[in-house]
Formats: sequence, structure tokens, C-alpha cells
Amino acid sequence: MRLEYFMLIDRVVRLDLGAGSITCEAKVPDNSTIFEGHFPGYPLMPGVLLIECMAQTAGWMLVAAHKLQRMPFLAAVKDAKLRSFVTPGQQLLTEAVLSHSGSGYAMTEASISCEGKLVCNADITFRLTGFPTPGFATEMRKRAEAIGLPISEALTND
Amino acid sequence: MSTTFDTIANIIAETCDIPRDSIKPESHAINDLGIDSLDFLDIAFAIDKAFGIKMPLEQWTQEVNEGKATTDRYFVLKNLSDRVDELVAAKGA
Repeated sequence: MRLEYFMLIDRVVRLDLGAGSITCEAKVPDNSTIFEGHFPGYPLMPGVLLIECMAQTAGWMLVAAHKLQRMPFLAAVKDAKLRSFVTPGQQLLTEAVLSHSGSGYAMTEASISCEGKLVCNADITFRLTGFPTPGFATEMRKRAEAIGLPISEALTND
Repeated sequence: MSTTFDTIANIIAETCDIPRDSIKPESHAINDLGIDSLDFLDIAFAIDKAFGIKMPLEQWTQEVNEGKATTDRYFVLKNLSDRVDELVAAKGA
């Protein structure tokens, strides 16, 4: 994770477009300026960033499902539950499943676990649009490659 | 057996917390009921699930934006019900 850059997913562990699911790894950094304020003397991973981490997990699945031609933008977060504290240095497993693929939108269920224990979960809705700029699409492709999103599978999956 | 309109009206009432009695076949989802695009995603999701279809929202939006159709065609509820019936029929064809 690079919290300050909103790069929250380290690696895609598994992508199954047929089943509509993805699993990723994300390690909370030992140090971050964010922990200086959240909280002084008691560093915790902010809940909003856990939600963002779940959204990015589901988002990468949708990017792959749409063959890197469409960008999922966060539209709604429902029933978000932050079940336990997450602290610096913890290794997280993030997961998402596609619950509905609509026309121009998608509904997902996402969760994060740590050492086998559920940390948080939420139902997350995305709007899907074309990439607003070519440069944005290029950067997303680079990032997809960096985290090991199986692009070839995404491009051949029907 | 409930009609397509009844099912859609019940979905709207539950999703958007709108009194069921105020939802009429001639109601315009946006202009009369005040449903915004984000709330309409929840409605579309519930309709898709209820009828086993995928409403082509992007195509409808494009038609409206290009002046090929009015919003009435898709957002007046009796018309929306007709569109859903057409999609259900097309699925079974």
C-alpha cells in the first residue's frame, strides 16, 4: 500500500471473471504521514481507506471484466461494517464478488480479512464509463500490470 | 398476480421511501417522484433482478441525449413498464 498515493492494492492473487471474483493482497505500511494524525500515539488504518481499499479491489475486477475499456467510478457504499482495528504492518487479504452487472453500473460485495478474520465488508456500487482521457487509460493499464492483474485473461474472456 | 407496473411501483416505494399511493402509472420517475440517477441505479438493479433482465440504461440515456427519444419514453412508469415487458418478451423469444 502507498496510502498517500491511494495505491492500496499490492498484488492480485486470483481473478476469476467467470465466477466474478477477485482476491488481492495489501500490506498496511509500517509508517505513513497519515498515522501521524490518525491517531497521534495510536496509529490506525482509517476506516475510509479500508472502504477505499475494498472499492479498489472490486474496481480492478471490473476493469478486467470490461477488458480495460471502461473505468469504474465509486457511486455508493452500503452496509459498510468496520469490524476491527487495522494497524501498521498488517497483511490484508481483500476480496470482491460481482453481485450484478448492469448497463453502465455494477453492484459488488467486498471484504477485507486479516489472518483469517473478517475486518470489514460493504456492498459497493460503481458507475462504468469510458476512460475520460487516453492518458488515464494508459496509467491504469500500467498500474494493472504492476499489481499483476491478469490482463491477457481479461482481454480474452468473453 | 401483480402487474409489471405494480412490481416496479413497489420497488420504487421500497427503494426510495416514497409512499406507494403516490406512485401512479402516469408518474414521471424524475420529474414527479424526484428520483435521481443514483437512486435509479438501485431501482434498475431491483428491476433487473425481479424480471431477470438487463435494462439497457446506457442505450436509453444515449437515445435521450441524442434527441431520438424523450425521457417520458423511459421514465413515465407506464412506459417503463412497457419497456420492461418488451425486454422480458425478448428474453423468452
